This record gives sequence, structure tokens and C-alpha cells, in this order.
Amino acid sequence: MSAFASGAPVLELHHLSKTYRSKTGATGDTALSDVSFRVPRGEVVGLIGPSGAGKSTLIRCINRLVEPTQGEIRLGDTNLVGLGTGELRRQRRRIGMIFQEYALVERLTVMENVLSGRLGYVPFWRSFTRRFPGQDIERAYRLLDRVGLLDQADKRADALSGGQRQRVGIARALAQEPELLLVDEPTASLDPKTSRQIMRLITEICAEHLLPAIVNIHDVPLAQQFTSRIIGLRSGKVVFDGSPASLSDAALTEIYGAEDWTAMQQEHEQDEAADADARLRLAGVVK
Amino acid sequence: MTTAYPRRWRRPPQIVPDRRWRIGLQLLILAYLVLAVGSVEVDWTRVAEGLVRGQRFAMGFLQPDFTSRWTDIRQGLIESLTMTLTATVVGVLISVPIGIGAARNLAPPPVYLVCRSIVAVSRSLQEIIIAIFLVAMFGFGPFAGFLTLSFASIGFIAKLLADDIEEIDASQAEAIRATGASWWQLVHYAIQPQVMPRLIGLSLYRLDINFRESSVIGIVGAGGIGATLNTAIDRYEYDSAGAILLIIIAIVMVVEYSSSYLRKFLQ
Amino acid sequence: MSDANPFYRETSHRKPGSRPGEPRHYSQIWTFRTPHTRLAMWVGWLALVALFVYCWQVMNANTMWVFVNDTPSQAADLGSRMLPPSLGYLPELLPPLWDTLNIATLGTLGGVIMAVPVAFLAARNTTPSIAFVRPIALFIIVTSRSINSLIWALLLVAMIGPGILAGIVAIALRSIGFVGKLLYEAIEETDARQIEAVTATGAGRAQVLNYGIVPQVMPAFWGISVFRWDINIRESTILGLVGAGGIGLKLQASINTLAWPQVSTILIVILATVIFSEWVSARVRHAIL
Repeated sequence: MSAFASGAPVLELHHLSKTYRSKTGATGDTALSDVSFRVPRGEVVGLIGPSGAGKSTLIRCINRLVEPTQGEIRLGDTNLVGLGTGELRRQRRRIGMIFQEYALVERLTVMENVLSGRLGYVPFWRSFTRRFPGQDIERAYRLLDRVGLLDQADKRADALSGGQRQRVGIARALAQEPELLLVDEPTASLDPKTSRQIMRLITEICAEHLLPAIVNIHDVPLAQQFTSRIIGLRSGKVVFDGSPASLSDAALTEIYGAEDWTAMQQEHEQDEAADADARLRLAGVVK
Repeated sequence: MTTAYPRRWRRPPQIVPDRRWRIGLQLLILAYLVLAVGSVEVDWTRVAEGLVRGQRFAMGFLQPDFTSRWTDIRQGLIESLTMTLTATVVGVLISVPIGIGAARNLAPPPVYLVCRSIVAVSRSLQEIIIAIFLVAMFGFGPFAGFLTLSFASIGFIAKLLADDIEEIDASQAEAIRATGASWWQLVHYAIQPQVMPRLIGLSLYRLDINFRESSVIGIVGAGGIGATLNTAIDRYEYDSAGAILLIIIAIVMVVEYSSSYLRKFLQ
Repeated sequence: MSDANPFYRETSHRKPGSRPGEPRHYSQIWTFRTPHTRLAMWVGWLALVALFVYCWQVMNANTMWVFVNDTPSQAADLGSRMLPPSLGYLPELLPPLWDTLNIATLGTLGGVIMAVPVAFLAARNTTPSIAFVRPIALFIIVTSRSINSLIWALLLVAMIGPGILAGIVAIALRSIGFVGKLLYEAIEETDARQIEAVTATGAGRAQVLNYGIVPQVMPAFWGISVFRWDINIRESTILGLVGAGGIGLKLQASINTLAWPQVSTILIVILATVIFSEWVSARVRHAIL
């Protein structure tokens, strides 16, 4: 186990930068500047930082939904930067992505959404006629069973609840048989309890397959609870990289700025207090 | 890994779940298509000739001749433009009271019924048919065209206006009513501010439609550019016809762009 | 408050040199708009009235008011001739009615088939080239939309001769613009996140279209097609006036022979057809949405 975990890094970022071209001038907003880190197998990295810090850009640069301006992205032996369209398609298959607000194709069935994870593997006519190879369908059923939605396969995606939809999103990403998971704010529109369930599911699956993951997440306590490493981003720069335990108040102030962090903390404490209060009252009612 | 999962999956049919109904429906559609296509009689030698003419028309479209029929074109354009504008103005003026009368939340039932029937008649008769009758009654020329377009505008604007009034925020109207306002005050303070931008938008949209229609009703003698176009096509003068069509397209584009600009400006 | 907002112009006056603590004096005059916008509005209305009067005079320069004054008696005469409608004429109308239905349906089918690729070429997010292909697609849409189906029919009858085919092609050509415009707007309004998610799986362009975009525009597509079919039924009833087949041919023939009772019968049939198609299209659209 530990041999795997400390093995060769699956993902390496070298001096990754992204500057959005502004409409008027030559130079624009710098979203990422000189980001470098490595992710070994089985490691779940929590990416935290204030909104606008470049978390979303960083994740999208890795599978080149956003074109990086400079730097290198190594997935195994391949440098993803500079690949042509066809080769990029083949490399994207290796990277599963889970989205904020699920991003399922709402009007397709749950099964079609999961099978769409195989699109990079099958020719157009198969996907067009919905005649996927037998092993793909078998895998899709197994994944739906794993996320607890086996009986929902023929429902349309927009008939599911938020938590269920995110589970379909997870199954879709896993259908790709990925070597890396990119997770963009998986809990953004979920209630606290469902959020924890989804995070638990993601980390469990990563542990089962020794899958590395980068989880872009705004909820710091949730990140500390579920990830094995935290990277803090501020204004496109890495300002913290360490274990969840070593994430001190000073480090958080560095990431979020003094005011924001205190405000966030207070908000969280209030949430916790409200939660505890509700639990107490509920207990009273039950008794 | 012990459980066996199915290796086959078919997308469940979304619209007609029952298999027999689905196949029956498909057969029905197929049968209709066969019958319909079979009923089209095509004279292929005529079509082949037509392709040559089509080519000539395409050439005329690419090399339009604005000059040789310019006086006719000018006269037709002036008629079209003037009747478009006057008909839209008159149409809007008449549609406002009818639109208010056709709104269930403002008008008493008898008024509502009368106004809704005016709207229904105006909407279900097409411009060209109205034009045939008005030409028969008022004689040839743009005046009949003006009346046609005004009448058609009433159905269009009054209907949409009435639907809008019926959909307005009832709580705002209630708030005004609660202050002890009269019916007129209610219309002025609660209804007008809510539907005014929409009315202006509708009028501009109708202006656009009226111009397009004015290019058609000339075919039955109601004046405008349509009459000129009809003559040009009857005489196989495709270069003049191409010129007229290009002018129509250009004016439609100008009207459409300027009306969308105006709508943005007014809001 | 700044004067930028015309609705909330603060009209309080504070004496120069008065301290903030002193009670303010409020103006008793409140206006809805600033004088500037009010002036602009009046000028705008005045211009519209002047334009109207001018257009009215130009338009009616050649109007024979004798004919117009004659209208009441003309109308009465026409009315008495049209009534009662000749019901014995009805069976003769069934074949042209069938033709009319076919013109509308086959024309819609043809128009939709041609409009779909045009729409995908015109939509900003699916076009292969914004600078080159998109303007061409938009031009096709504008051309088709600006020219009424009756004019298309006029052209086609002149080219390929009178008959149903000219009607079908005319309806199809007119439908391209309508369906194309509404469909490309629907394509542009699709949810970009769903498309991004499909792209991220490593899907190719055609697959992204098939899985990400098509499911999202499907309801709009059906709604637009049925709506256009409804309009086409209405339009195909009159295409016969220029020789493009259908019930309009009968209308034209009856008017030419001054057979007014037949004319009123035809009008009733057209009205019934239009109402029926409107009902069908409303039902179908309701079922889709």
C-alpha cells in the first residue's frame, strides 16, 4: 500500500501559468502564476482558496478545458500541453472530472449520463445509436450499484435529487476508468449532510482504486476532514502546501486574508451551533 | 465482483412507452408520407426547364437591375413604407382599448367577449384574404392596403397586450386598488407602467411584420412594392425582381436592427 | 442620488451653509422624469405625429375618394351576394384541402431538414467559423425570413410551373429562416456546463453535439417545428392565389368567376382548418413542455 502511495507521481505540474487575454490590451488578468506540485497515486489533494484565486482555472487547465499559457502538465509520461485534438481526446479519457452542480445532461437518462463517460473510447456510430459494448454497460451498472443508484438507471437525470445527481456525476467520471480525478466544488449546492456523504464517497472510491484526486473545495473544515493534503491558492499562487493538520490559523490567514478568514470561521461556528441546537431540539422531540 | 450485471441496455422510449402503439404510430406516419408524396404530381420536363429559369433568377439576384424599372420600384416602395407606418400607428391606437377590453382582470364579461371576438376574427383571417375583400370594397391602391394592415395589426397587438395585462403582477394592482383608486387610476398607475415597455416592443415588432406583409398584399391589388414585384415576375424580368427582393431584404434588416436598438434605448 | 436615475430625482433643497443637523426643506414639486427626458419624449411624439400626417398625405395622393365613399353600398352588395354560402360546394373542396395539408406538412418537413444544419452553422457555440461560416448562415436565415411564402410561391410558379410542388418548395424555403433563427437561438442558450462535462470525458466534436447539445435543444426543436407547421397550414391555404396548389386555387377561381357563395364557403373551410391546426399545435406543444 505505502509502496504505491509513495510511487512515481501520477500528475506533475511544472511552472504552470495562465493569463486571460483581456479584450483591450495585450496583457490581461493573471489567473495562475508559476504553479508547481506533484500528486502521487492515491493522494486526495484539497485545493482551497478564496473565490477568484484560480482554483477553477487550475483544475480546468489540467484537462485543458482552459488552455494554459505556460508550463508543463505531466500525466504519467505524457505532457498534456501542446497535444493535438485527437491526442488530447485520448488523454482526456484518463482524467475523470466531477463538476460543481453536477453538470449532468439533464434530459438524458441516468444510464446515458454514465455511459457518456465512455465517449472517448467508442466510435461515433456506437454512441449515436446508444449501442455501447457489453462490458461498458456492465461497468456502468456496477458503478451505479457502487454509488447506490442501480434502480434509477432508466430515470431521466432531472428527476433525481441533488445528492443523487452528484452520485451519477461520480459514476460518469469513474466510467472513464480514469487515472486521475478532478473534482470541482462537488458540494457547492448540497446541504451539509449530503455534502459529507458525497465527500466520503469520493474519498472511499479514491482509496479503493488508489486514485489520486484534486478536489477544489471552498469549505475548509470539510477539506480538512476528508483530504490527505491541502494546497492553498491565493491570487493564482500556491501559498500553502501541507497536511491538513499543519493548516494553522496563520496559514489560513495567509490564504484568505485576515478579514475573510475570521468571517468564514464565525460563519462556520454559527453553522455548527445551529446544527447542535437543532440536534438537541430534535432529541427532545424524539424523547 | 460476484454480482452479475446486465450487458445489454436499451434507451427506454421517451414519448410513447407502449411498443404496439409506437409501431402503429410509426406505420401511420409512414403511410401518410407515402400517400402525401404520391399525391404530388410533378411534371419533370417543366421542372427541368424551371431549373434553367432558376439559374437566370439566381443571376438576376446576383446582378440586380435597379435602373430600368426604377420609377415603378420607387412608387411601390413609397406606398409600402407609408402604409406600413400609418397602419401600425392606427393599429396600435385601436388595439390599446381593445387590448384592455380583452383582459379578463380589467373588463366586465360582456366587454371581454366582444373584444376577444374582434381579436379572434382579426387573427384568423389572413392579410391577403382581408386585402381581397377590402380591394373589392375600397378600390385598388394603398388605401385598401392601409386598412388591411391596420385590421391585421389590431388582432396581433390587442391579443398580446391583453395576455400581458392578464399576466401582470396582481399584488401591484391590488396595492393601488387598496389606496382607493378609481378604474382609470388603476390602469394608469398599476397597469400602464408594467405593460408600456412591452407595448412599445410589440408595436416595433408589428412595424416590421407590416412592412413584410405590405410586400405581399400588392399581389391582389392593394398597392405597395408587391404589385411591382408581381409585375416583374410575370414579365420574367428576373433582374428587376432580384433588385426588388434585395431592397425588401435590406429594409427588413434595417427595420429589425433599428427596432431592436430602439427597444433597448427605450428600456 | 444622482440625476442619472430619472425616476428618483432628489428634489430636496438645502440652503447653502446650513448644517447637517438642521431640518431639511423639501420641495413640493415632484416630477416623474427630468425636464430633459420629458422634452426628448415630447419631441419624439411630435415627430411621430408629423411623420404620420406626412405619410398619410403621400399615401392617399392617388386615392379615389369616390370609391371609398361608395364603400357601404359595395359592402352591402358583396355581403348579400356571399350569403348564404353554397354548402353543396363542400365535397368539391376536399381534394384541394388534402393538397393544402400536404403542402404544409411536406413543406415543413423539408424546411426543418434544411434549417437544422443552418442553425448549427449559425449558432455561436457550434459554428465552425464565426468570421466566415456564421455570416453566410445568418444571411440564408435573413433572406428566407424577409421574403413571404407567397412571394416564394410566385417565384417558384414562374420557374417550375403551377402545382403542389411549387407550394411545397415555397413553404420549405420560407420555413428555413423561421426554424433556423429560433433553433440557433435555442442552441446558443444551452447550458455550457453540460457541454463542458461531455467534452471533459474525451468526446469528439460530433459526440459532444450528440450528447451535450442535442438533448438540450430537443424540446425547443419540436415546439418550433409544430409551431411552424401551424403557421404553414395557414399560409398554404392561400398559396393557390398565385397558382401553387391547394384550396387557394379554388378561391382564386371562384373570385375570378364572381361566384361569391362559393367564396364564402371556402372562407369558412379555411377558417375551420386554421382553427383546427392551431388546436392541434397547441395540444402537441402542451404535451412536449
